[in-house]
Amino acid sequence: MSIFLVLIIIGVLITLIVESLPSIKSSGIKYLWGKVWDPVQNIYGAYPFLVGTLLTSFIALIISIPFSYAIAIYLGEYNPKGWLSDLLKNTVELIAAVPSIIYGFWGLFILVPLIRTLEIKLQIIPFGVGVFTASIILAVMIIPYGASLGITLIRMVPSPLKEGAYALGATRFEVIRKVIMPYTRTGLFAGVLLSLGRALGETMAVTMLIGNSTAIADTFKNLIFGPGNTMASVIANEFAEADHTLYLSALIELGLVLFAVTVVINLIGKRIITRFTNN
Amino acid sequence: MEPKIGMRNLKSSAFKGVIIFFAFVITIPLIIILLYIIKQGITQVNWHFLTNVPAPPGEKGGGIANALVGSFIMVMLAAVAAVPIGMLAGIYLSENPRTKLAYYSGLCVDILQGVPSIVVGIVVYFWVVKPFGTFSALGGSIALAIMMLPIIIRSTEQTLKLLPDSLKEAALSLGVPYHRVILKVIVPCGFAGILSGITLSIARVIGETAPLLFTALGNRFFSTNLTKPMESLPHVIFNYATSPYDDWHDLAWGASFILLVFVLTLNIVTKVITRKWKIQL
Repeated sequence: MSIFLVLIIIGVLITLIVESLPSIKSSGIKYLWGKVWDPVQNIYGAYPFLVGTLLTSFIALIISIPFSYAIAIYLGEYNPKGWLSDLLKNTVELIAAVPSIIYGFWGLFILVPLIRTLEIKLQIIPFGVGVFTASIILAVMIIPYGASLGITLIRMVPSPLKEGAYALGATRFEVIRKVIMPYTRTGLFAGVLLSLGRALGETMAVTMLIGNSTAIADTFKNLIFGPGNTMASVIANEFAEADHTLYLSALIELGLVLFAVTVVINLIGKRIITRFTNN
Repeated sequence: MEPKIGMRNLKSSAFKGVIIFFAFVITIPLIIILLYIIKQGITQVNWHFLTNVPAPPGEKGGGIANALVGSFIMVMLAAVAAVPIGMLAGIYLSENPRTKLAYYSGLCVDILQGVPSIVVGIVVYFWVVKPFGTFSALGGSIALAIMMLPIIIRSTEQTLKLLPDSLKEAALSLGVPYHRVILKVIVPCGFAGILSGITLSIARVIGETAPLLFTALGNRFFSTNLTKPMESLPHVIFNYATSPYDDWHDLAWGASFILLVFVLTLNIVTKVITRKWKIQL
């Protein structure tokens, strides 16, 4: 049965590569930085989607890091036991449990109008949907992944280390900054990597909120607030309507890129964690 | 020269305040989302809603019976496929942790856990939908099963690894054959952990939309035919949420509410199981 598992992964990889061959043959490596995505004229460049994916993921990551670190420090160090910490821990797990389609739906009806009013105040074209909106929802969705790993890691810091620092007269903040943080740094970084992997592949919520525009924005403001597209959202939107082989295979190549990137990120993250927990 | 102790204490307290603020602020969006879904959804849910298929736009009424049944069939079918495979693989991984095959399949579990759900959808499209020439519930189930596997495998493996070796050794020394030791001693002892992994994986996939987009597709009508397109709860939400009709939005809120109830119940069940048997997942 374990062989079966290995076969699934190999099968996934082979299917993706074989099916994206027509596109790889016709566009070659240029595919990755071609700026135009025009199915009608059979020109496929993935650059706008790469930018969109990286942008949403990194904005989401930046928003989420303070929260997930705070939860990790609070539940790992300040308040590891008791009903309040149980309550908070369960709530954070609940955030991960809510299906992404529900985040998307809620975002579409509540967050989008809010962002629209904000954009009118900032005097930007009020799309409502866009990269920024998608990033906010994405940030909420990935917080639990960084946080739950962080909690475990911070609890693993040996207490003699902390006690030593306290004995030298360090305050709690100093212990956290100079003992706990350096000790757990690589592990927390792995947590960030794993939530990045989540964010890159997230499909439904992003598809509903990003606005699905294949053009690349001209100004910085439009890049952040205007509609965009990620690799996953393009696939979700256009896969069903791809009517010729090259179009379809260009979309699958996107899937292949997405697969490769998330696999690499996840494996690096997992490797760091295993090394950390074994030491 | 270090700053004064008063200053340092102040800094420490201030930091604690910031941490507590950030840690608890995150519960606000969750509470808002949950309350909003409940508020919008609970008024939609009644017997008519649960037992009827969607009405055409403009007409009042209509329900999500086809999506409920569809989701149920597909998730159950996925579980039937994924549970035995996942359990066997998990048992193998915990019994033979040092072999080469275990290393590679462990690696594959890690990879599978990180694969974006949309990619699973694409792949199953080429494995099932294209050869058969039609979107089918079967394809949806296979996609869901692939997503369930890593969770079941990992929970089985983790639970069985926690069992003391003496348990197995005692059974073996009584002359019980190896396969019976696994079936009658190891698996029953770790049953709660395996069960919690199964409920968790069901909770995870019941809300998955992306792998169903290109496989089960969705169906406006009531269908239990596995070789035909089938509706599912998350897909019905996606379709109706992005539609321009208010009636359909209401349907989608109702469907979201039902989906949320399912997911939360399954999560609580998992919690109760793990709490009762004190398992760490």
